[in-house]
Amino acid sequence: MSMNPFCEIALEEALRVKESGAASEVVIVSMGNEKCTEVLRTGLAMGADRGIHVATERPLYPLAVAKLLQALVRKEEPGLLLLGKQAIDDDCNQTGQMVAGFLNWPQGTFASKVKVDKSENCVHVEREIDGGLESLRLQLPAVITTDLRLNQPRYATLPNIMKAKKKPIAKVTPEELQVEITEDFDILEVVEPDKRKAGVMLSSVDELLDKLKNEAHVL
Amino acid sequence: MVSFARGFCRLKFTKAPWSFEVHCSVGSELFVRHKQISAFTSVVRCHGEYSKLLSCYSLLTHGQRRHNSEIPEVDRVKKDPRYDRTLRDARFSKLSNQDLVEFKKIVGDSSVLTEAFELEAANRDWLGKYVGTSQALLRPRTTQQVSEILSYCNTRRLAVVPQGGNTGLVGGSVPVFDEVILSLGAMDNIISFDEGNGILVCEAGCILEKLDSFLAEKGYMMPLDFGAKGSCQIGGNISTNAGGIHLLRYGSLRANILGLEIVLANGQVIDSLRSLRKDNTGYDMKQIFIGAEGTLGVVTKVSILTPARLSSRNVVFLGCKYFTDCQRALKEARSNLGEILSAFEFLDRKALDMVLSHSDGLRDPLPDSKHSFYLLVETTGSCFNHDREKLDNFLEICMDKGVVADGVVAQDNQQFRSFWQLREGITEALSKAGAVYKYDLSIPVPYMYNIVENLQHRLGDLAVVMGYGHLGDGNLHLNISAPRYDSKIFSLIEPFVYEWTASHKGSVSAEHGLGFMKADAIYYSKSPEMVQWMTRFKQMFDCNGILNPYKVLPGSSFKEGSRYRNVSNSS
Repeated sequence: MSMNPFCEIALEEALRVKESGAASEVVIVSMGNEKCTEVLRTGLAMGADRGIHVATERPLYPLAVAKLLQALVRKEEPGLLLLGKQAIDDDCNQTGQMVAGFLNWPQGTFASKVKVDKSENCVHVEREIDGGLESLRLQLPAVITTDLRLNQPRYATLPNIMKAKKKPIAKVTPEELQVEITEDFDILEVVEPDKRKAGVMLSSVDELLDKLKNEAHVL
Repeated sequence: MVSFARGFCRLKFTKAPWSFEVHCSVGSELFVRHKQISAFTSVVRCHGEYSKLLSCYSLLTHGQRRHNSEIPEVDRVKKDPRYDRTLRDARFSKLSNQDLVEFKKIVGDSSVLTEAFELEAANRDWLGKYVGTSQALLRPRTTQQVSEILSYCNTRRLAVVPQGGNTGLVGGSVPVFDEVILSLGAMDNIISFDEGNGILVCEAGCILEKLDSFLAEKGYMMPLDFGAKGSCQIGGNISTNAGGIHLLRYGSLRANILGLEIVLANGQVIDSLRSLRKDNTGYDMKQIFIGAEGTLGVVTKVSILTPARLSSRNVVFLGCKYFTDCQRALKEARSNLGEILSAFEFLDRKALDMVLSHSDGLRDPLPDSKHSFYLLVETTGSCFNHDREKLDNFLEICMDKGVVADGVVAQDNQQFRSFWQLREGITEALSKAGAVYKYDLSIPVPYMYNIVENLQHRLGDLAVVMGYGHLGDGNLHLNISAPRYDSKIFSLIEPFVYEWTASHKGSVSAEHGLGFMKADAIYYSKSPEMVQWMTRFKQMFDCNGILNPYKVLPGSSFKEGSRYRNVSNSS
């Protein structure tokens, strides 16, 4: 199991915020079955301080994840919530926006630049939009979702991997967080797109013209 | 000045700043060799009469150029001085129009390439260091066609260069002069695959990467892997006994080839294409062709044993301070990773800098400090947890013992690929950086890095010397990077590198082969008696010497006159 690339970028940004002195601790969260602990170990090896594993075997969709995050935020009271803009398995791009709604926090999505200003208790976010770059100033606490160009995540180096073994991973269940996971929709069907047909080798320009005319009908 | 010698007429004309020697044999073609800057090689037909020779001379002094696939000779000489002391063997015939007609009858019109632009890539090796002047490239599709071509060439005494992917690094896959190129690229069928035992039977022109992709779907993999896999062909791999990054785990091709189909120089097809794991009936004749670099026969079909493709792969990138630490890490890897160890590569700081500066998108995995040496260790196994546990244990031991200063574990496929690209991209980066002198040496591991340091000391500021390679196999790729090819640099490198290697009882060619580049260097690693036996084998399998001449064995090992039998006497 490997970390969702956008989440990796979010973690890297969190580490940089901490290294700049604006934060005291980086907590990472993963939700799902036992395999999540591997991902958490990687995150701890990159430099996070502690991990939380929300253990459940049920399939999780953005609404449920947002509710669980809301419950965790109430418990942990972080100053900044960083998420990847979307997960590469379902491509939903909904969790960050929903949790900001639940918490009633400001949100800066698709961030390509993040700068925390402790003195003003705000964070400056630059977003990539169709027309160019949008600059926002958000009051803390806030939700930020990260886009590809925000940073390049560091590799987990050996000394940190060793240290990570001793860092704590707390386990908690949805029941303990008092969140009910409901399944609001059924996936009816997932179909692969049509396979690209193999090319045909032709032996002469005459044959090419013939095919273009009579088979592809483009001439 | 004119001299006559047994049917040869030798004329020497000197006209400043040009001087050239003209060799001709009465009754056949005139071959002219120019030896000055911006000169061209020409072939002029002549019937051997003195007056006609003089008229040829006047044509030549006007710089008539017959073939536009030629290159100025001095460029070749600068890149490899061996060109300077290699003469085209006049006993080989010249390609005639009738030959082309016959070839077309055998393989069809579209499989005979004669245009200069078609031949350009095939005449030049991957490094751009070795360039020939072949005028014909043949692309047979069946073993029968290969047999007919060779039989014809043997009768006509036309020299032939068998060519696969043309990715060799010692000039073994391109013509030295005008040899006919026999390309195996059109013979790329996969014949059969035994899914229970992993035995693959295919034609020699199959590209290594394509075979690996085919096997991936069946849960298997090719036992060899290296940077050229996207272009190299299995026939060429066998003819050079290619090594690569997984030799440490799966053994050499000599161990994995179960059978071969070979065509000899006279066209005879040797069918040794069994797919049996064990067969002790008589002498294992196919072994002599593995690594013979196309000089004993042309490989047309292969039967190869392939290992299962295992699910769990890990790669770590480690930084070490001293070369002795690298050796200690190897020992720890063998003891603690054991059967899951699948690759153990090393590169020095200069090699890492080289690949980082010439590749987009690659970054230093350990940017916080510059280490002197880097190791790339790969494990392959069937159980993720088991392998990860062993890997963690190995890393902890290395850190505790101070063997490794720092390191990174690849977390996902992308990191895995980018770590490997750091090692596999060095060769390409060196080509982009300018001129490169490449040496591929087997040296006892404790002394291996000494040659890099000694040579850098010798060269001073003239060039940058770096070392990388298959540390697990004791194989160093010594590379010297310079802004341009320079005879002064070359004279400082050779024969020093060869002599140093010989004195440490190493091999002057661990896996690249001898090709054209090292055909005179064999004595640094093999005794004269051994070379004599090789020469006897060559004479036995290829009495006219048409297969890949001027390569592998030194010309001096063939006694004058005993190399060839007269064509008219051949049986």
